[in-house]
Amino acid sequence: MSESDCAVTLEMARAHGLSDDEYAKVLDIMGRVPNRTELGIFSVMWSEHCSYKSSKKWLKTLPTTAPWVICGPGENAGVIDIGDGETAIFKMESHNHPSFIEPYQGAATGVGGILRDVFTMGARPVANLNALRFGDPSHPKTRHLVSGVVAGIGGYGNCIGVPTVGGELTFDPSYNGNILVNAMTVGIAPADRIFYSKAAGVGNPVVYVGSKTGRDGIHGATMASAEFSQDAEEKRPTVQVGDPFTEKLLLEACLELMATDAIVAIQDMGAAGLTSSSFEMASKGGLGILMDLDQVPVRETGMTAYEIMLSESQERMLMVLKPGREDLARSVFEKWELDFAVVGHLTDTGRMVLTHHGHVVADLPIDPLAQASPEYDRPWEAPAKRPVIEAADVPAHDIIPALKTLIGCPDLASKRWVWEQYDHMVMGDTVGRPGGDAALVRVHGTKKALAMTSDCTPRYCQADPREGGRQAVAEAYRNLSATGALPLAVTDNLNFGNPEKPAIMGQIVEAVRGMGEACRSLDFPVVSGNVSLYNETEGQAILPTPTIGAVGLVQDYAHTAGIAFGGEGEAVILLGETKGWLGSSLYLRELCGRTDGAPPPVPLHRERRTGEFVRELIGSGQTASVHDLSDGGLLVGLAEMAMASDIGVSIEPVRSVPLHGWCFGEDQARYLIAVPQADAGRILELALRAQVPARVIGKTGGTDLIVEGAGAISVAELKQTHEGWLPGFMSGRTKGA
Amino acid sequence: MKAAVIVFPGSNCDRDVKVALEASMGHDALMVWHRETDLPPVDLIVVPGGFSYGDYLRCGAMAAHSPIMQAVKARADAGVAVLGICNGFQILTETGMLPGALMRNAGLKFICRDVDLRVETVDSPFTRCYRAGDVIRLPIAHAEGNYVADAETKKRLEGEGRIALRYASAAGKVTPEANPNGALDNIAGILSPNRRVLGLMPHPERAIAPELGGSDGKIMFDGLVEALS
Repeated sequence: MSESDCAVTLEMARAHGLSDDEYAKVLDIMGRVPNRTELGIFSVMWSEHCSYKSSKKWLKTLPTTAPWVICGPGENAGVIDIGDGETAIFKMESHNHPSFIEPYQGAATGVGGILRDVFTMGARPVANLNALRFGDPSHPKTRHLVSGVVAGIGGYGNCIGVPTVGGELTFDPSYNGNILVNAMTVGIAPADRIFYSKAAGVGNPVVYVGSKTGRDGIHGATMASAEFSQDAEEKRPTVQVGDPFTEKLLLEACLELMATDAIVAIQDMGAAGLTSSSFEMASKGGLGILMDLDQVPVRETGMTAYEIMLSESQERMLMVLKPGREDLARSVFEKWELDFAVVGHLTDTGRMVLTHHGHVVADLPIDPLAQASPEYDRPWEAPAKRPVIEAADVPAHDIIPALKTLIGCPDLASKRWVWEQYDHMVMGDTVGRPGGDAALVRVHGTKKALAMTSDCTPRYCQADPREGGRQAVAEAYRNLSATGALPLAVTDNLNFGNPEKPAIMGQIVEAVRGMGEACRSLDFPVVSGNVSLYNETEGQAILPTPTIGAVGLVQDYAHTAGIAFGGEGEAVILLGETKGWLGSSLYLRELCGRTDGAPPPVPLHRERRTGEFVRELIGSGQTASVHDLSDGGLLVGLAEMAMASDIGVSIEPVRSVPLHGWCFGEDQARYLIAVPQADAGRILELALRAQVPARVIGKTGGTDLIVEGAGAISVAELKQTHEGWLPGFMSGRTKGA
Repeated sequence: MKAAVIVFPGSNCDRDVKVALEASMGHDALMVWHRETDLPPVDLIVVPGGFSYGDYLRCGAMAAHSPIMQAVKARADAGVAVLGICNGFQILTETGMLPGALMRNAGLKFICRDVDLRVETVDSPFTRCYRAGDVIRLPIAHAEGNYVADAETKKRLEGEGRIALRYASAAGKVTPEANPNGALDNIAGILSPNRRVLGLMPHPERAIAPELGGSDGKIMFDGLVEALS
């Protein structure tokens, strides 16, 4: 008896992660009891990871259009117009569960997967970013996980030769059992050669290219849709193994074939491998596929239909070719020494029919699986609003020691140890390296550049998911604007706990609402995204973490700004309003050991107005020294500018706000800029006209950072503290904070 | 000057060096696929950086046996200039065109950053436009750049003035702190006995314009064009 004949029971369905209701729906759709292969296909297609069944209802509320959006969510990645016949294609995706189980391969294949999402659409990837969240530094696993994830990201990106130019790395005990690895790729493609996944042309050949199919990663998508228990390590066999060299060959071969007219549709095999790629292509085209699994290149003998369909082996693609172009395509893939196999053809039946060893092993209707997957309106409850904390009610610590504590704390310490392990210069177009507000990568052969950033402040999202959602988008907008780039669009990576719990579902609903408000208000549509739920271990959920990846455009990279001061004797101007907001701030957490209070509200209209003003100043060459203010507030931002330029600075605080609030408050919509003294008056006038609050707070020069009336510290000492923590922690010299 | 860039499966700095060459030459550089067995007449052959064949074996070990390398070797023996950058340097040592080997970095990690280098000899078509003792700044990006050679080889390299570049401080001092990868005597690049083959770990093609962080690499390519045209 073949495995496809063995009887499926309700218990088997449950073991495959299907609920009883879902299994009833399966029986209804099939009109009979499915066999094991068919059950496996239902289970991955309806997993949270592939079907977005808990989040779909809310994701639909996000703004996804703008005149410059060519393709929004629903394809492999989002596409935006960047002018002159070119487009930027980008997306962020999580690989959280696998990275916790096997950090190197989990992170590496996360990078590989997101790269494929981008080049499957015809783009040459030009930059990678990553947003990483780890547990408490003092947790026994944290060091091992940081080390493995960073090595895995570098191992993949460095080998394939795409620069890793930016990202984030922060710590919180809520990630002890569920780290977050969110990887983003940005590519560039000609506007008239974008490739989609919609199959067309009955009878057209369905072609498999890339690596052979092995037994790795079977049911990865299902694993990523369940909570972890203590035995997470036992799931190691569900983690895929990456081969960046093969991916490099696949990238070059695909781009070479894409320059011809051979391809009708193309889809990478990511989560749920051959199953989701074939269903997606057929479903979008309203067609069927007849596929012969004997033709699928396999790595091992004796693989069953179930294993072939559910394998998540990496570096594979599925294509529909124009009739008669098989030989041309074959020659390209043979040149790059990759497998190439015609595995089936398109039919007009609307059914997926799989044969193996001469027998039909699965026969499923495509639409009910791919489009009519379950969609839930899960019960949710909004979290209670937290009280606003006045700065005057927060203990005032000495300013300079407090600055030193903040600048050396795990979240704000320099991440040089990380990004020096990433090749951030390969491809020869990195004109804004890691360490600034946003990375800048030139559009090859032009004066234009893409600005890219990744942002989220999980502690704000925990305190108030709606405000946190707004803030994540606003901070991305601010970071792009600070380089002079016009913010164009975002990709979102929503990381949350178990959506079946109303409190967690409430976080999702509120965060998505907040993001939507900010995106609408800032003309900053969402063009792609990914959802990672069930980030819980033993009932402990992560902080809500809706990571925002964003892309902006600079017309001429000669007119951009960095965070370093331009020289000595410049005037430092603070843009935006400072009330000294300390609720949910880093100051409160690091200096007072508290995480309470409402987070800072995000004034979206001022955010937009101030961003526009800053971009105008940079674009007209009036300043090249700009830094956005966020975590740690004004004094941390100022210290970062001083450290980036090795130039001191002296500032005079205002008296209307408590000093510690003024220095470390995290009021939103603010920037610091430095300009020649002689220009300061004129720029204040321009700011007044633009209705942007502005004030000269000090001037650059010397070797120290001086807060008049509150003390001083040398820039060298700041640097030592700032640069020292992470290398010390990773080498085991310093304990976690 | 006519220049060819060898492309192996897994090369990833081939386009970067093509761009750098073309900026200095003013015309196209030729890209040569690893399966070719012959080279057109050229004045310079570049073996670029990357991860040839994935570098799953020793770095450069597979590429050293690819068909094109026989032709590269024959040309080098005939006096054609050959520049091996990063993985290209590893490949040249694996073919025996340059002595020694490149081991895992002492810190065991991949390192990508700018480094200061002291120019140790100007007697080569690659370094002729620098001045001896100049400190130049170029990026490195490698996990296996820890140069090793036996005592006799080291003595020969030194005696014949074939050490081209050493990792140094910004002031030009060759110190252990300035050594990013544990390389023997801070060696970053070496020449063949006839001084026509240079292998180096730093990437001159990444330092060809101020917006990329510096132009010290452009001096090398401009010098090659002058010397080989």
